[in-house]
Amino acid sequence: MNENNPVVSIQGATKVFNEGGTDRVQAVKDVELEVYPGEFVTLIGPSGCGKSTLLRLIGDLITPTSGGVKVNGKHSKQARIDRDYGMVFQDATLYDWRTVNKNVQLPLEVMGYSHDDREKRAAKMLRLVQLEEFANHYPWQLSGGMQQRVAIARALAFEPAILLMDEPFGALDEMTRERMQLELLNIWGQTSTTVIFVTHSIPEAVFLSSRVVVMSARPGRIHAIIDIDLPRPRGFETREDPRFFERLTEVRECLRAGESGKSHVEGYK
Amino acid sequence: MSNMLQSNQNAMASGQMIVRRLRPVFAFLTIVIVLIAVWEGYKALGAATGNKVPFTGFELPIRSDDTSMPHVWDIFQALFRPARRGGEDVLLIILTKSALFTWREAALGFVVGSVIGFALGVAFVHSTLLEQGFMPYVVASQTVPLLAIAPMIVIWGSRLNWPTWGSVSIISAYLTFFPVTINTLRGLRSPDPTAVELMRSYAATKWEVLWKLRVPAALPYIVTALKVSATASVIGAIVGELPSGVAEGLGRALLTFMYYYVSGPEKLFASILFAALLGILFVSLIVQIERRVIPATRRLDE
Repeated sequence: MNENNPVVSIQGATKVFNEGGTDRVQAVKDVELEVYPGEFVTLIGPSGCGKSTLLRLIGDLITPTSGGVKVNGKHSKQARIDRDYGMVFQDATLYDWRTVNKNVQLPLEVMGYSHDDREKRAAKMLRLVQLEEFANHYPWQLSGGMQQRVAIARALAFEPAILLMDEPFGALDEMTRERMQLELLNIWGQTSTTVIFVTHSIPEAVFLSSRVVVMSARPGRIHAIIDIDLPRPRGFETREDPRFFERLTEVRECLRAGESGKSHVEGYK
Repeated sequence: MSNMLQSNQNAMASGQMIVRRLRPVFAFLTIVIVLIAVWEGYKALGAATGNKVPFTGFELPIRSDDTSMPHVWDIFQALFRPARRGGEDVLLIILTKSALFTWREAALGFVVGSVIGFALGVAFVHSTLLEQGFMPYVVASQTVPLLAIAPMIVIWGSRLNWPTWGSVSIISAYLTFFPVTINTLRGLRSPDPTAVELMRSYAATKWEVLWKLRVPAALPYIVTALKVSATASVIGAIVGELPSGVAEGLGRALLTFMYYYVSGPEKLFASILFAALLGILFVSLIVQIERRVIPATRRLDE
């Protein structure tokens, strides 16, 4: 598929919550996945399929029960300590006692960047997400879409190798959502970051991704991986391309097949 | 022309500003007037009916004579008369000095208690074991009657050669720390799990999570607790003065005027008003600090 070494390599990762209890949940089971530099990979599936858990395993926010995750050839924990990840959550998770500018600088402060460097990088990032006029506003003075753009600027401020996004546009209205998707592709194109993106919106997955990873629930596992070969740069016309609809249908049927427990191939019969 | 209009609007705006600033003052004064009217009205009613509930034979719950309920005007006048026969200072001066003395004890107790309360909150948020181990004692410390503990602290303090007012400050701190601990803990735990995960994704140390996330998030909670603690510290200081023989504070003044109540009930009422005033001033000091430190949108009780 790709001659390069994978950025992320998930090897038989399994995560069980509350092991030994009556509320034991096998959230993710035997997941194998490789993500290559510069890819935009989306994890999609019904709720409870462990897509967020998988994302958190990659980011070492939780540790796998068995199996492992390698990032740039390192253990995922080492990668976190080396600050290889930028995270974006469904809630923008901005600190509301900090201005927009100071929120973007938060990771830089933790990572010990100098004052001048922080200011410079924050200004650059706010330009990238087109919020430079709002640098001195507080989060509650911004709309939901603007807050999410600040969160993206914050995640990219230290130029992480991988951007992990957990339903970042899930709380936005449809119009804002489509605009944000376009902007994200734009930013992705400019920064050459590898993106792993969790969503439960089929059009969002198809529009954004190089590959869509379809997951099925109980236990969460990878059901199929679908290449999205739509031309880039993608724009509003992409959503009207017949190939876009073909891919939508493919992902949708795959999801349905995953849900009913049948294999990918049977789903087509 | 447009300039005139502009300045006119500015004048109107600043006029509105003044009205808005003065509104709490008006509200406060209105309530003072209403309370005085109720007090004096009750007295007038009692005088008219011979201390009976109108049209019945029942006694009024509180006697309305001048010994039980002195006239507001008499209380006010008492402030400007010497407190003792042949004494030099008028009551106002004596009470002001006592209040300042008590406030010094309370303020020290407040600071010490708040620091200890905050430190306990920080310790508990980092160790469930510490929390589970110590929390019962923290709660128990507040249910043991203060009057039982105060003499003990005074005795220990005197063994250590502390000034007596220092022991009173410790008693005051004892009442202060509890609300601060509880609210600090709640505030430190208030950030969303994702806000904590975010810090984890930066590989932030516990120290950085504490100072960049937990403490700023806890500030509104802490300041709310400080308002409760400010009044508690004054109570602690006054109650602490009673068994410890501190002669200069409001506690002794209250005790003395209670003892000589029959010969001058106004003086006790005046001292009670001063104790209340001290609490109000202390709390409004904290509110002023809150206004400077915490933006309006993050204040908990506004």
